[in-house]
Formats: sequence, structure tokens, C-alpha cells
Amino acid sequence: MAESTTALPGKQRLSVAKRSVALETLGRLVKYVSTRGIALFLAAVIGVYLTILIANMGGYVDQIKIGEIREQVGASVLANPALQGRPASEIKKYVEEQVELEIKRLGLDKPFILRSFKYLTAALSLSLGRSEHLTSDSGSRQVRLILLERLPATLLLWGLADLFLFFASVLFALYLSRRYGSFLDRTVIALAPTSAAPPWFYGIILILIFASVLRILPYGGIVDAPPPRTTLGYTLSVFKHLALPVLAVILASIFITIYNWRTFFLIFSSEDYVEMAKAKGLPSGAIERRYILRPTLPTIITSFALMLIAMWMGGIITETIFVWPGLGRLLYEAIGSFDTPVIVASVVLYAYLLAITVLLLDIIYAIIDPRVRVGGEGKLRL
Amino acid sequence: MRAILEALKEVSRYKSAVVGLILIAILVLIAIYTVFAIPYSKVIQLWRGGEGIWLENPKNAMPSWVNLFPGTNLPKTIIVSSRNGGEKSLEPLQGGVRKVRISLPFDYSYDGFPKELNLFFEAKYKERQPHLSISWITPDGRKVPLSDRGIKASDYYYISLDAQLTKKLGGQPPQVGLFTDPLAEKPVPFKGRYELVIDGYLFEEGADFEAKLVVYGQVYGLAGTDHLRRDLMLAMLWGTPVALAFGILAALGTTVLTLFIAAAGVWFGGWVDAAIQRITEVNMILPMLPILILVGTLYSRSVWLMLGMVIILSIFGAGIKTYRAMFLQIKQAPYLEAARAYGARNLRIVLRYMVPKAVPTLIPQFVMLIPGYVFLEASLAVLGLGDPILPTWGKVIQDAEVNGALYLGHYYWVLEPSLLLMVTGLGFAMVGFALDRVFNPKLRQI
Repeated sequence: MAESTTALPGKQRLSVAKRSVALETLGRLVKYVSTRGIALFLAAVIGVYLTILIANMGGYVDQIKIGEIREQVGASVLANPALQGRPASEIKKYVEEQVELEIKRLGLDKPFILRSFKYLTAALSLSLGRSEHLTSDSGSRQVRLILLERLPATLLLWGLADLFLFFASVLFALYLSRRYGSFLDRTVIALAPTSAAPPWFYGIILILIFASVLRILPYGGIVDAPPPRTTLGYTLSVFKHLALPVLAVILASIFITIYNWRTFFLIFSSEDYVEMAKAKGLPSGAIERRYILRPTLPTIITSFALMLIAMWMGGIITETIFVWPGLGRLLYEAIGSFDTPVIVASVVLYAYLLAITVLLLDIIYAIIDPRVRVGGEGKLRL
Repeated sequence: MRAILEALKEVSRYKSAVVGLILIAILVLIAIYTVFAIPYSKVIQLWRGGEGIWLENPKNAMPSWVNLFPGTNLPKTIIVSSRNGGEKSLEPLQGGVRKVRISLPFDYSYDGFPKELNLFFEAKYKERQPHLSISWITPDGRKVPLSDRGIKASDYYYISLDAQLTKKLGGQPPQVGLFTDPLAEKPVPFKGRYELVIDGYLFEEGADFEAKLVVYGQVYGLAGTDHLRRDLMLAMLWGTPVALAFGILAALGTTVLTLFIAAAGVWFGGWVDAAIQRITEVNMILPMLPILILVGTLYSRSVWLMLGMVIILSIFGAGIKTYRAMFLQIKQAPYLEAARAYGARNLRIVLRYMVPKAVPTLIPQFVMLIPGYVFLEASLAVLGLGDPILPTWGKVIQDAEVNGALYLGHYYWVLEPSLLLMVTGLGFAMVGFALDRVFNPKLRQI
């Protein structure tokens, strides 16, 4: 802001100019945020629509579904004693009627393109509708309830693992960046390539060690069967089941995350102004806070936000390996049983969360990073 | 070329990179050997052929090298047949009937019991089946009658599944009962020379039969076998070219196309750039793994289709933003001005002037991406979406998972493919890390 105002003499004019600059800035910010918002919303709409198309194979899944309905109705007719002994033509008519009804109930009688837009508007307005096969534990077919039921398990597992990963790695990386070249530092560098393997891989190895060989932790699931009666017992049992998956998720990325942050901090701590601060004799804590953490704040915030989104999605394979009843496993089950509403609901939630987070990040960037230029040709900085 | 050599020299300063390069070289050699030694059509026939091909292999046998552990002496598979290792004698009886005695002796000196006992027959006759009376002679001279039966042209007797025999042996399965000393307290195999004796009666002129005894061991080959008696070595070997091809092609396709698209976007600017940016945003919303699972479940699980999908979904990924920022800087460079001044065409500028400038950042990125894709292929396989015909490491892990290898203690089944995956991942990651430091001078000072 200094650039545009220093030329004006006098305090009065300065503050007027400041205010007009601030207003202009605000206007630009609003314009920027709204264009970004619209662009991201459109991206979400297209992304969700593509998912709907893929999840239905452009309508082919309907044929599978109609076939399934026919089979089910046929089986239920065979099992129905009231229909036994009736003439075949009557039974056939009854079957056809039932199939028609079921097709209508699922809305399969309308052309796919029409339905795809219906799906889209419903998904975007977050009326997630009813699932086709999957049910919640209480037997509900409401997609919202099914998702909500799986959410705590996912948040518990990934929240615990990701939050630990994030804070532990940033803090440990700061510590390492202060003493790079030390034995600890070199160990972390040497171990970084092990993060090439995904969490499920470590999951299998951990199950092998702790469940198969040592027999001290369970193979999978979220709680003992039957679940303990007392709250304390229940909590302990959940934590016992939580240990391996959390450890697997952490092992799979802790070293690479520390390595990346450490390198990142090191690059920033070799900047001239840090040297200057050191030369001034500032305590290392102050240098870290003011000269290293501050300029790296946007990156830290971005990675934190992206981590939060990833947490919502859970992990399909890790949850499958550990039989963890989270959102990732739900999505896998939904795909396996062609349950389009559940698939679309999962993706739409993810898309919204991602779009909102990206938008918020854009705003936060503009506020905390003076170098991010918003509109204009650099005359004005935010 | 010289630049590459120099880079290699630079990389060889890092010990971990040298180790990584050696690992990669070994894997590449294995892959080349495999493709030539076991051709594609043969591996599919072997892997998909069912139990018929592998009938003489034990089920879920551990690899032979477990016997190297001190105190471990598990049985290998022993095959004795009347054609090979057995004795056959003929004795004419009255009325055109001939008696054939086949004796199948073998030495057993292992500490464990065999997994199974099977007897296979081949017979030649026109109308009347040969009739056999089979008995078992233990090293201490006991004779246990096993079965009396007529045999067809191609027949078998699964001794281990003989319920009557089990009853006769006091409830012990035959492969245990026939090998234990009845007086011993603990079931320990008797060591020594066993013999299976078959007295066969042939009722026709020209009739004959052959017999083959298979004493299935607990260990097999270098890699062991799976639940379908298949030699896991086949999958371990063939997994190598598949993993390398998938990883390298996916990484190559992604990095090169991303680079080209980013360069084109920056150079042309305007709506091209805007369109690329929007596509990137849409792509960001699409979750990659669920889409791959959808495609795998609904369309096809072919590893090559998956490869194509992975590349399409990754092109417009986060990488494009990094490259874009880089190209925005390059675009201002005077030599591009010069290129434009002499009238270079757009495609030439993008391909010859902009893309090469980004290659130093591209190479480490490319190498670092490979392990991710190798594991992605394994991940899909673990979810049951592996290639339907080819054996891959991921598919072996999935087979093991589904068949409860971890519950039943068949650890080798999981550990072997995991180890190979890890070695591949580590090899490329180690080289990638070193390359990153070589090509990014900013990291080199650190």
C-alpha cells in the first residue's frame, strides 16, 4: 500500500487515499471471490455430473438393475404361498405388474438423460434421496442416514491419524531444520523413500505382525463382538481396534511428510532475511516464528485444509483391509452393488467440501500473503 | 546424452541412489528374463489352467528355503511312479488272469507330515477293468491295507480323503496316521523306507496299468504355492514386467502430457489457458480411486484400460499448476522473443523451446511418480479389480487376503509379493530422491 500513497503530502490526504484504496481492494476482493466461487461451483457441477454418467455407465446400469428386479420378483413369487397353484398366465401377469411397479418406484421408466439431470439437481441441492440396496444399521434407506452413520468411524480413524501426522511432522520438521545433517536428520532422509507404499500395505504387514504372529491386537473391525456393555469397556475396545489402522496410516506417510516440511523450512531458512535476523542476534524461537513460519504459513494452511478434506473421504482400501465401517468402505460397497445414489452422494459431498475449502483458501491466501496479487497489474497489493 | 551421463555421475555420489539403481536394474533384468522365458500365452495358460496342470503340487506349500532355518526339516513333495522309481513285476495266473505287482518305495526323513497323499492310475483295457488291492508298508514292517478297487482308464485314489481309512487309523487323517508310530505318544513321523504295494489283477489280453504316488510336501519351489496349487514363482516373476510397465508407462504418460499441456496453455494463453485451468478444477473434484473402481466394476478390469484411465485422470492434476508457474517465467525469457522474431511456429516454440527447459524438473518428478503407480496397480488388485488374466503381485496379495492367509498362518503368501512391491517402490523412490537433489540446485546446498 505504501507505493501508491507516499507521493501524497499531508496526513489528511493520506488517510482518504488509504480508505479509497481499502474500498477498491474490498471491491476487487469481492469480485475475485465471486468469480472464483462461480468457477468452482461450475467445476463441482460438471464433476458431479460426470460421476453420475460414469456411475450409470451412460444408462447401462439400468439394464443390470431391471434384470435384478426381474430375478427378485420371480423369487418372491415362487416363495409366495398365496400364488401357488394359480394358472401360469396369471402368475406371469402378476410378475410383470410387480416388475413394472418396481421399475416405476426406482424411476427407471424415464429416459436416462432426463434422470441424470434429476439426479444432478437432487445431488446439488443435497437432497440425497434413498439408496437402492444399502441400508443403515437401523434399516433405513435414507442416504443421508447411511452416510451419517459411517461418518464417525471415518472421522475417528482419519482424524486421529491425520491430525497427529500433520502436527507431529510440522513440529518435528522444524526441529530437524534447526539441526540438519544430524544423525536424526539423516535417518529421516534415509527413511523417506519407504513412504512410497500406501497405508493398506503397511496395514497388511502390521496385521501380520500384531494380529497373526503376536496375537495382541485384533485383525479388523471397530469393536469386539459382542460389544462390551460398559462405556469404558466399549471405548477401550474401540481404541484397541483403532491402533493398527492409525499406525498404518501414520507409518505410510510420516517420513515423507517430515522430509518435505524439513526441506521446505530449510529453503526458507536460507533466505537472506533469516541470515540477517541471525546476525542481529535474535533468539531462534523468534526467528522461527517471525521469519520462517510466517512466510510459510500459506503453504501450511493449504496442506492442513487439504488434509481435512482427505479426512472426510476416508480411505477405501485401508478401511476395506481393516474392515473399518467408514465412508471409504461404504463407497466401495456402494460401487459393488451399483448403488448410484450412495456413490453420487459420496462424490457430491466430497466435491462441495473441496470446492468450499479451495475457495476459503483463495480468500485466506489473499489476506495473509501480501505477494498474492488480486486483479490489476500489480499497482495494488492486498 | 552427455548431460544424462553427467547427471548419472552426479547421482552416483548418493549411496542410496546407487542401491536404488541396482534394485531397478535387477528388476528390469528379471522382467526381461520372464517375458522371454515364460511367454505371455504360456503364463496365462499356466495361471488360468486350473488345478489340472498343477495336480502334483501341494496346496499352500511354503517356499523350500524355510528349510534353511535351523531345526526346520519340512517334507518336499515325493513322486514315485511305476515308470520312474518303482518296480513292476508280472505273474500269470490261471484262466488268462495276470497278476501285476507294483511296488512304489520311497525314503522319508522329514520332521513334518506330508500335506496329502494321492495315487493316480492309468489303465489300458477293453471291457473288464483291472482290479487293484492297495496296501501300505511302514518302515517297521507293518502292513496297512488301504483299498480294493477297480480302475478306469484314467483314475485316481485320494488317499487323504478316504474316510474309511481315517476311521481305521483311529481318526487320524491318513497322511498323518500312515506315517506315525502307533505306539508313540506324540504324532511324530517315522523315518525310513516306506512302500506302497499294489497288487493288480488283469483279466484281459493286452491290459495293463501304471500307478503314480504323490506324497505332497509342505514346501515347494522358491516361492511356494497358493490355494490352487499354483507355483507362486510364476506370479512373482510375471508381476515384475507388469508392475514396471504399469508404473513407468503411467508416470511417463502423465508427466509428458502434463508438461505439454501446461506449456501449450501458457504459450497460447487466453481461452486455451482458461479451459485448461477449468478442466483441472473439474478433475480435482473427481476422486480418482472411486472412479477407477467404478470403471473396473462396470466396464473392464484390463490392466491396460486402467493404465489409460489413470493417465487421463492424472494429466490434469496438481502437477499442471507447478509447471504452469514455471512456464509463466520461461515465457518471459528473451530467447523465446528471439524464436518468435525468426518466425518459429507455435508448436515448435512449445516443443523445442519451452518443454526442454522444464525437463530438469520433470525427470525427478517422473521417477518419483513410478512407485505410486506401481502401488496403485496393486491397490486395484487388492480391491479385486486386478487384471482378469495376468498374474500380478497385487492379485496374489488379494488371493491371500480372500483365502485368509493371515489367519491361517500362510505368511509367505503375503510377504513375497509385498517384499517385491516394497523393493520396487524403494528402488525408484531412492533414485528419485537423489535425482531431485541433483536437478534442484536449491536442495543441493542443503
